Amino acid sequence: MDYFAQQLINGIVLGSIYGLIAIGYTMVYGIVGMINFAHGDIFMIGGFIALITFLILVSIGLTTVPLILLIVLLVSMAITSLYGWTVERIAYRPLRHSFRLAPMLSAIGVSFVLMNFSQVSQGARVKPIPPIITGGYSLLESDGFVVRLSNAQIIVVLTTIVLLAIFTWLVSRTRLGRDMRACEQDQTMAALLGVDVDRTISMTFVIGAALAAVAGMMYLLYYGLVDFFMGFVAGIKAFTAAVLGGIGSLPGAMLGGLLIGLIETMWSAYFSVEYKDVAAFSILIVVLIFLPTGLLGRPEVEKV
Amino acid sequence: MKSVRLFGLAIGVSLALSTAAYAEDLTIAVAGPMTGGYAAFGRQLKNGAEMAIADLNAAGGVLGKKLLLDVEDDACDPKQARSVAEKIAGAKIPFVAGHYCSSSSIPASEAYADGNVLEITPASTAVKFTDRGLWNVARVCGRDDQQGKVAGDFIAKNYKGKNIAILNDKSTYGKGLADETKKALNAAGIKEKMFESYNQGDKDFTAIVSRLKRDNIDLVYVGGYHPEAGLLVRQMRDQGLKTVLMSGDALADKEFASITGPAGEGTLFTFGPDPRKKPTAKAIVEKFKANKIDPEGYTLYTYAAIQVWSQAAAKAGTTDPKKVMDTIKRGSWDTVIGKIDYDSKGDIKQIDYVVYKWDANGGYAEISPKGS
Repeated sequence: MDYFAQQLINGIVLGSIYGLIAIGYTMVYGIVGMINFAHGDIFMIGGFIALITFLILVSIGLTTVPLILLIVLLVSMAITSLYGWTVERIAYRPLRHSFRLAPMLSAIGVSFVLMNFSQVSQGARVKPIPPIITGGYSLLESDGFVVRLSNAQIIVVLTTIVLLAIFTWLVSRTRLGRDMRACEQDQTMAALLGVDVDRTISMTFVIGAALAAVAGMMYLLYYGLVDFFMGFVAGIKAFTAAVLGGIGSLPGAMLGGLLIGLIETMWSAYFSVEYKDVAAFSILIVVLIFLPTGLLGRPEVEKV
Repeated sequence: MKSVRLFGLAIGVSLALSTAAYAEDLTIAVAGPMTGGYAAFGRQLKNGAEMAIADLNAAGGVLGKKLLLDVEDDACDPKQARSVAEKIAGAKIPFVAGHYCSSSSIPASEAYADGNVLEITPASTAVKFTDRGLWNVARVCGRDDQQGKVAGDFIAKNYKGKNIAILNDKSTYGKGLADETKKALNAAGIKEKMFESYNQGDKDFTAIVSRLKRDNIDLVYVGGYHPEAGLLVRQMRDQGLKTVLMSGDALADKEFASITGPAGEGTLFTFGPDPRKKPTAKAIVEKFKANKIDPEGYTLYTYAAIQVWSQAAAKAGTTDPKKVMDTIKRGSWDTVIGKIDYDSKGDIKQIDYVVYKWDANGGYAEISPKGS
């Protein structure tokens, strides 16, 4: 039982990070109907910006950890959003009325550009940082097995919950959210009724990138390192999570992320670590056979 | 547009110039992971090769010719290693010091054999590298069966009756080393409680860590490279585990400590006796230090690989790879890491793995052979 609880914690934390990235995929798909393959690399850029900001803050002598975390969070969200906005403006908007596969190919191109850009500008090696958030709590104990919950894990999960709440509110209660839902249903009609479609789509990319930046920062805090190719695997997993949860659905992305994280962890825990990815993807296939639109992605339900 | 064309012209001219230079001088190559997750080792190889070439040129070159160095990047990727090897063979370079990862050295060696290139690896320890009987391969480091034996014996002696787990990263090197260590352990009458593998590039080891915790593992042996091993240690300490991690020669780089932070203290690994401390290396280590380079890990091994080749080429009076290889296998060579003798396969006769331990200050030192 204790062992299960520990693995549950491991799985939820991993799943939260996947979920944060998956939201970016799902939002863009919901509105523009394209798969933004560069999103994983935006996540990587977010991690690097968090790392650089952190190093700058430490080098100018800042030592208050909560303050550092807050500044790093805001700076990396701001700069990464700018990346998201720029990518949309340069690579996707000119192709919006082109044939369907064009923006997707362009996204794959952007993914390579971003990956190589950070490889060249930041070097090809892993970039570690010393542990920032240390310590934790021992929850249960029996037969010498102690269930540990580290402070870093608490922060990852709390941040995910808070952000998810904020963005759910944003999509369902604000003017911007209403515009986004309108664009998702019918872009032409939305434009006729006075919604600025270009601006709304730009904002979607900005929000997606900001969430990816948070995921990048959480990744940096939790695992203690970033590298230029981390966006690829994480991106694939998060994309899978978005499809599993029902691409286009915001809670679906989170649910999918959590499920992928839990499946990987539980499979590693009770069967073999070797086949954890096989297990995750097999379950994806089974789910898609019975629920072709994913767990929460019913077409008539509002997406985004 | 014009500036682009001018730039292209400049590249063309400089290429032409460098080809001209190649004709008079002698080019040798160093190949390893200059980029990617294992770039720290590529840098060791490059540093060692650059210093060796500078020293050889200062002493008049090889066979009266000045040496040039061609640095090639395989990113520790077998496919890229193969294409690098074909490029080197195509350029008629007679000798390459490399590669680093066994999974790169092995496919590359086949292209070298076809292309008449001699390959001495400073670092690839996989048994298969020399066991295939290729004419053109040799190494200046030990083999995984030797390394695994030392690790297995150490564990059997110091962790008798304790719970042991063995992990590997499925790579040629990692799996090979883990298998050899398992063999040595089982021969000593110890059965491991867990034998698992993970993927190269994995970042999340929390599930494995919890399993180690459930099974009360006292020592986990990892056949793999330092980025994964470092994260594993860090996540073990995060979950409150005191399990000792032990691994092979791939932990011999300071980058390991920068990944683990203080969590790395007490981690064990096997490696040859610190080449920096050998009397034969004193002067050269000083030279590295003057250039602000710490010649750790395989830096001096790379230096030695180039020394073996250059001495053999001088003795044979030619750079013809086949003749040089015959000379290498028959001779005995004085290198920066000590005297090296070869058997007919290209393995060195000196076997001298020892156990190292990482300390709290991000450094590592040999521990006495009987254990701490």
